[in-house]
Amino acid sequence: MDFDLSDDQRLLQESLRKLLKDKYGFENRKAYLKSETGWSREVWAAYAELGLLGMPFAEEDGGLGYGAVETMIVMEQMGRALTLEPFLSTVVMGGGFLRHGASAEQRAALVPEIAAGRMLLAFAHTEPQSRFDLHDVATSARKDGGAWVIEGRKGVVIHGDTADRLIVTARIAGARRDREGIGVFLVPADAPGVTRRGFRTSDGQRAADVTFDAVRVGAEAELQGGLALAERVADETIAALAAEAVGCMEAAKDLTVDYLKTRKQFGRPIGSFQALQHRAAEMMVACEQARSMAMLAAMMAGEEDAAERRRQMRAVKIEVGRNARFVGQQTVQLHGGIAMTMEYAGGHYLKRLTVIENMFGDMDHHLAALSEEGGVFLAA
Amino acid sequence: MDLRFTDEERAFRREVREWIDANLPAATRERMASGRTPTKAMQVDWQKRLHAKGWAVPHWPVEWGGQPWSAIKRFILSEEIQSTPAPSPLGFNCNMLGPVLIAFGTEEQKKFFLPKLASLDLWFCQGFSEPGAGSDLASLKTRAVRQGDHYIVNGQKTWTTLAQHADWIFLLVRTDPHAAKQQEGISFLLVDMKSPGITVRPIITIDGAHEVNEVFFDDVKVPVENLVGTENRGWDCAKFLLSNERTGQARVGASKERIRRLKLIAREAPGGGRPIIEDPRFRQRLTEVEVQLKALEMTTLRVLAEENKALSQRKPNPASSVLKIRGTELQQAISELYVMAAGPYGLVAPQDPEAEGRNEPEVAEDWQMLAQATYFNWRKQSIYGGSNEIQKNIMAKAFLGL
Repeated sequence: MDFDLSDDQRLLQESLRKLLKDKYGFENRKAYLKSETGWSREVWAAYAELGLLGMPFAEEDGGLGYGAVETMIVMEQMGRALTLEPFLSTVVMGGGFLRHGASAEQRAALVPEIAAGRMLLAFAHTEPQSRFDLHDVATSARKDGGAWVIEGRKGVVIHGDTADRLIVTARIAGARRDREGIGVFLVPADAPGVTRRGFRTSDGQRAADVTFDAVRVGAEAELQGGLALAERVADETIAALAAEAVGCMEAAKDLTVDYLKTRKQFGRPIGSFQALQHRAAEMMVACEQARSMAMLAAMMAGEEDAAERRRQMRAVKIEVGRNARFVGQQTVQLHGGIAMTMEYAGGHYLKRLTVIENMFGDMDHHLAALSEEGGVFLAA
Repeated sequence: MDLRFTDEERAFRREVREWIDANLPAATRERMASGRTPTKAMQVDWQKRLHAKGWAVPHWPVEWGGQPWSAIKRFILSEEIQSTPAPSPLGFNCNMLGPVLIAFGTEEQKKFFLPKLASLDLWFCQGFSEPGAGSDLASLKTRAVRQGDHYIVNGQKTWTTLAQHADWIFLLVRTDPHAAKQQEGISFLLVDMKSPGITVRPIITIDGAHEVNEVFFDDVKVPVENLVGTENRGWDCAKFLLSNERTGQARVGASKERIRRLKLIAREAPGGGRPIIEDPRFRQRLTEVEVQLKALEMTTLRVLAEENKALSQRKPNPASSVLKIRGTELQQAISELYVMAAGPYGLVAPQDPEAEGRNEPEVAEDWQMLAQATYFNWRKQSIYGGSNEIQKNIMAKAFLGL
C-alpha cells in the first residue's frame, strides 16, 4: 500500500502546475471565457506539447500509456485553476471510448490527431427525458445497407459546440429504457443532418444541444461495447471529476483561509472568531475525505469487475458530491458578499463544483442505486 | 500509488483471522457480537492469550515484548480484532501508559511495569479529568506535595473509566501551584489503587451502565519512585500520550463489523409489512453512512501509509485530524441506525446477561434492547479524548494557521 506519487508523476504534476500558473491566472481565465470558443487554443496547444492530450493512449497508438493516477494528478491541477478547455471531453471521455471500444484502425486514425491537439471529441448521451440514466436512449440508429442512419436529439453535450467528432449513444434495438440494444457511434460533427446549438453552461463552460436528422455514418463510425462501454467510460469520468473537484475544493479552502486571515471586522481578523475557525476546520475535513475518495477512484478505475467498480464509483460520486457542496457553499458564506460577485474567484468554485455534482449522476441518483446494489460493505 | 496489500500482508491477515477463530472463547465472542463490552474476566483472559502469542503490544520495542512489524501489519492485527469482534488490548495499559513509560520511565519502572501492562497482570486506569478540568485539562487542581520519600495526594478525578477494575491509576497532579504557566506545574504519578485514602464512587451513565467513576484522594501516600519523568514536566508525558498512533481512533474495523451485522439483522427486522432493509429510506440512510465510512477507511489507510515510513520521511498529515472527528461521528450515526431498526422493541431497557437472578426469557431480542443503550452510551465518543470542538480548534491552529 502506497499513496505517494512516483518521481515521474511528481514531474507531471509540477510541469502542469507551472504551466497553469503562467497561463491561468484568474484574469487570464476571464479573457478566455470572453473569447469565441470560451476557452484557449493556446493553452490547448501547450497541453499537446506537454503530452497531456495523448496521455491515456497506449504507446503503440501514439500516446503516453498513462493511467488513472496520472489522470487524477492532471484533473486536480485543472480543478485548482478552474480550466475551461475540453480536456475531460476529449481526453478522459473520448480517450476512454477509443481505448475500450475502438478498433486498431479507428485508433490509428484518431489518436495521433487528438494527441497533436487537432481533434476534439464530445460525449453526447443526455436526452430530454433521460436524466442520469445512460440506458435511457430514444435516439435511434438503424441499418441501411452498409450504413447507419441516426435520428434523435442529445442535450447538454459538454464541449459539443467545438467538437470535431461526437460520440453518440443510439438505440439499435429494444425499448427506450432497455439495457440491451444500445450502440455507440463516432459521428463527424459536420456530417449532413447534424445541427448544433452551442450555449454556455452555468459554470461558464460551453456545451451544445445537438439534433441528428437522418445522419448517415459508415461502419467505421461504430464503436464496440454498447452500454457496458458507456458505463465504463462514465466510471472513469467520475474518477476524473472527483480529482477535479478535489482541486477546486483545495483551492477554494485555501482562498477562504487566506481571506479569514486578512479580512478585518470588529478590529481583528475574522479568522480569530471560533465560529469561523470551526467552519474552516470542517472544510478541511471535507477536503481530506474527498481526496481519499478521489484516490480510491483512481485506484478502482481500472477494476475489470464492472459491478464492483460501479459500486465503488457510486460511493465516490456521493461522498465527493456531499463534501464538494459543503466546501463550495462555505467558501461563499465565509467570504461574505465578495464571493457573490463574478469578479472574484470564490463563487466560481461553487459554480464548477455544482456542475460536477450534477454530471453523471447526482448524490441521490447514486445513493438509490448503491443501496439497491447492497451498499458498500456487503453483508455475508 | 497502490491500494493493494502485499501477498505477505494478506497471508498475515488470514493467519490472524484463523488464530482468533481458534482462540477466542465462545462466551467472549458471543458477548462481543451482541455489542456489549467484555467483562473484566473476559478482557484479562483474552489479553493473556494475545500476550502469549506476542500480539498484545506489537507497537512496543522488541525488548519490551513488541514485534518488528510495519505499521501496516499492526493495523491488520488491530482491524481483525475489531472486526471479529474480540476485545482489543486494554488501551490504558498498551496505548497510553506503556509508550509513556518506554519514553520517560526509569529502568526500574520499565522492568516492573511493562511486562505487567502487556499481560494485564496489572490493570491501569487514567486519572486526568477533574470536575473543574475537562477540555481545559491543564487547569487541574489535584495536589501532590512532596514529604520526604513520598508525595501526599489530595483531590478528585472524574470520568475514570473502569476504575472499579483497576489495580493502579496513572495520574496528572499539580506539584507546583506557582509555576508561570499552568502546564509547567504538573507531574505524572503512578498510584496503587489499594493505597489508603482512595475512594472510588461509581457514576451511572444515561445508558444505565457503570463504566466511569469518581476517584477521591485523601492524603494518599505515593512513593517518589512512582514519579514518571521529571517533576513538573508531567505535561510532556500527557501530550506524548495523547499524540500516539491515531489510526486506531477511527475504529473503522469495528464500524464495518457493526454495519455488516446491522445488514443481517435488518433482513429479519420488521419494517412495515416487509423487512426494514427493504424500506428505501432506511436503506439509503444506511448507505449514506457506509459511503462516509468508506471515505474514512481510505483516510485511515493514508495516515497508516504515512506512519509506515521512517520518522524522518513523514510529513505532518492533516488527514490524521479527520480520524477522531469523522470516526466518532460515524460510530454515533451507526448507533442511530440500530435504534431505527429496533423500533418499538428498542424501548426495552437491557439487562446484563451476567447479572444474577436473570432466568426469565427476555421480552425483546438482545440487539433490540442494546440499540438505545448503545446510542446513549456512544454520545460520549465526540466528547472524550479531546472533544470534537477541541479537535477543530487544534486543526484551525495547527493546520490552517488561524
